[in-house]
Amino acid sequence: MGKVFKYGDNIDTDVIIPARFLNIMDRKELATHCMEDIDIDFAKNVLHGDIIVGGANFGCGSSREHAPMVIKENGISCIIAISFARIFYRNAINIGMPILECREACERIEVADEVTIDFDTGLITNHTKNENYQGQPFPQFIKEIIQAGGLMNWIGK
Amino acid sequence: MGMTMSQKILADKAGLSQVAAGELIYADVDMVLGNDITTPVAIREYEAYHCGEVFNKDKISIVLDHFTPSKDIKAAELCATCRDFANKNNIEHFYDVGTMGIEHALLPEQGIVAAGELIVGADSHTCTYGALGAFSTGFGSTDMAAAMATGKCWFKVPAAIKFELTGKPREWVSGKDIILYIIGKIGVDGALYKSMEFTGEGIRYLSMDDRFTIANMAIEAGAKNGIFPVDESTQAYMKDRVKRPYRVYSADLDAIYDKTYTIDLSAIEPTVAFPHLPENARPAKDATDIKIDQVIIGSCTNGRFSDLAIAAAILKNRRVAKNVRTIIIPATQQIYLDAMKAGYLETFIKAGCAVSTPTCGPCLGGHMGIMAAGERTVATTNRNFIGRMGHVASEVYLASPAVAAASAVRGSICTPDLL
Repeated sequence: MGKVFKYGDNIDTDVIIPARFLNIMDRKELATHCMEDIDIDFAKNVLHGDIIVGGANFGCGSSREHAPMVIKENGISCIIAISFARIFYRNAINIGMPILECREACERIEVADEVTIDFDTGLITNHTKNENYQGQPFPQFIKEIIQAGGLMNWIGK
Repeated sequence: MGMTMSQKILADKAGLSQVAAGELIYADVDMVLGNDITTPVAIREYEAYHCGEVFNKDKISIVLDHFTPSKDIKAAELCATCRDFANKNNIEHFYDVGTMGIEHALLPEQGIVAAGELIVGADSHTCTYGALGAFSTGFGSTDMAAAMATGKCWFKVPAAIKFELTGKPREWVSGKDIILYIIGKIGVDGALYKSMEFTGEGIRYLSMDDRFTIANMAIEAGAKNGIFPVDESTQAYMKDRVKRPYRVYSADLDAIYDKTYTIDLSAIEPTVAFPHLPENARPAKDATDIKIDQVIIGSCTNGRFSDLAIAAAILKNRRVAKNVRTIIIPATQQIYLDAMKAGYLETFIKAGCAVSTPTCGPCLGGHMGIMAAGERTVATTNRNFIGRMGHVASEVYLASPAVAAASAVRGSICTPDLL
C-alpha cells in the first residue's frame, strides 16, 4: 500500500533527474535530486512503497538509466502511466523497477488515494475509492527477466 | 507476410526468416555504443557480474563527449572509469579528448556504422544511423553491459509508420525544419514504440547530413528507430569510410504500416520548436518578436560540416548582435579541421562567435553555454525540455543552423531572407 505522487503527460528524463547531476555516481546522493525541477520536495516526502502516477509518454527523452534508478532508489514501488517512453520502459524492466500501463488508473487515481497492485495480473486496486483498474501485465519474456532479478541475472552471468 | 525495412534487419540478426510487430526476439548486434555518462553505469554492472572479456573488442565504441573535456572532478572520474575499462579490454573504438567527437557524428564519419547493421547505444540519439539504412536504437546502461558481455540484445519488434516524402525543399529549408515539422504534426509520442520509415522521391533532394538530422530526432517523436532507404548518396557517403561489406535492405512491397503520412517537402518553411517540447513547432517567420540571449550551433543533430557552411555563409561579413552569446561547436575533430581549412572559423570569430572543441556540453545542460533564469537560446540541438540547458526558468528554441545564424545576427528569431 502506498501513497500517490501524481504528474502529467511527457514527464521527461531531464526533470526526473536533471543532466547537471549526471556526474554523480553515488546512487543515494543522485536520488536526492529526483524530480526536483518540477517537485522540489519529492525526495523529502517520498516513503518506501509509494507510487508514481503519470500520464502519457512517461520517461521521454534521454536513455539515462539514472532516471528509473533514482525513482527506485527513492523506494517507489510502481510507476503507473498511460504510456511509457520506449527506452525508459526497457530500462525499468532491466533494473527491476515495476511499471504498468493503465489509462483508467491514471485518470481515476488521485493524490491522496491508497493503492495496491498485483503484478501477476496487472490489477490495480484503489482502496480509497474502492475501485479496480485492469493494467496491462508484462508478457512472459519480460516477466522472466524481472523474476531473474533483472537483465544481468537473466543473461546468466 | 511482408516486413518493413526495420523488421527485415531484425529478423536476419535474430536468425529468423520472419518476424512480426510485437514479437520479442533476441538478436546479435553489430555495434554497442556508450558515452561518458552512460558507460560508467554499464561498467559498474559489468564488473559487479564478473562478465570477463567483452564479446568483441572491435564492436564496442566508447566516446567521451558529454562532459568532456572534463568540466569538473566528478566528470573526470567518470572519464577515468571509461578510460581504464577501454584500456583493460583493448576497446578498438575508444575516443578521448583530441580524437573524440560527438558520438553520432563521429561513428558514421569514421565508418564504424554501416547500412544493414544492428546498432545499439546507451544514448537516445543512437537512432541517427538509420540515415545509413541501419537499424539503430538507444537503450540504457544495463542493456549496454549485457550487450558488451554477450553481443546480444532483446527487442520487441516494432510496428512502423511510413513517411512518404514528396517534392523539393525550398531555399533555407533543411533536415531540421523537416523533422521539426513532422514532430509538430504527429507529437512527441506520435511514433511511440514504432519505426519511422522514410520513403519517397523527395529523399533524393536530401543530403546525408539532412538525413542524419532527421533520423537523429526520431526519438523526439517517441520512435524506436528512424530509417532511410539506401540510395546513391548513401553509398557515396560510405564508399571511402566503410571498409567492410555491408548489406542493403528494403521494405517488402506488402509490408504492413500502422499509418502512412505524405509529407510535401516543398510546403515546409523554416521552422522553430518553442519551449518546452520539440512538438511545439511553428514557422520561424511567425516568431520574429522573440528576443534571444544566446545561440548554439552544434550537437549530434546539427554540428556537421554542411551546418557550419550554412552558418558561415550567413555570418560572413556580419556581426552577431550585441548581447547575443554565439557558440559554435564543430561535432568532430575532422569537421573542426575542415571548417578551419574552409575559412569558416575565421568568419565565426570575426563575427563575434566563440568556437569550441567538440562536445555535447550545452545541449544537455552540461557545460559551455548554460543559461541563467529568464534567458533564451536558439539552438540547433534536439531537445527543449524544462531546464534542459540550464535554469528551469530558461528557454530553448530549436532551429536549423540557418535560422540560428540569422537569429544571432538579428538578436531575435529570424530567417536568413529577413536579414
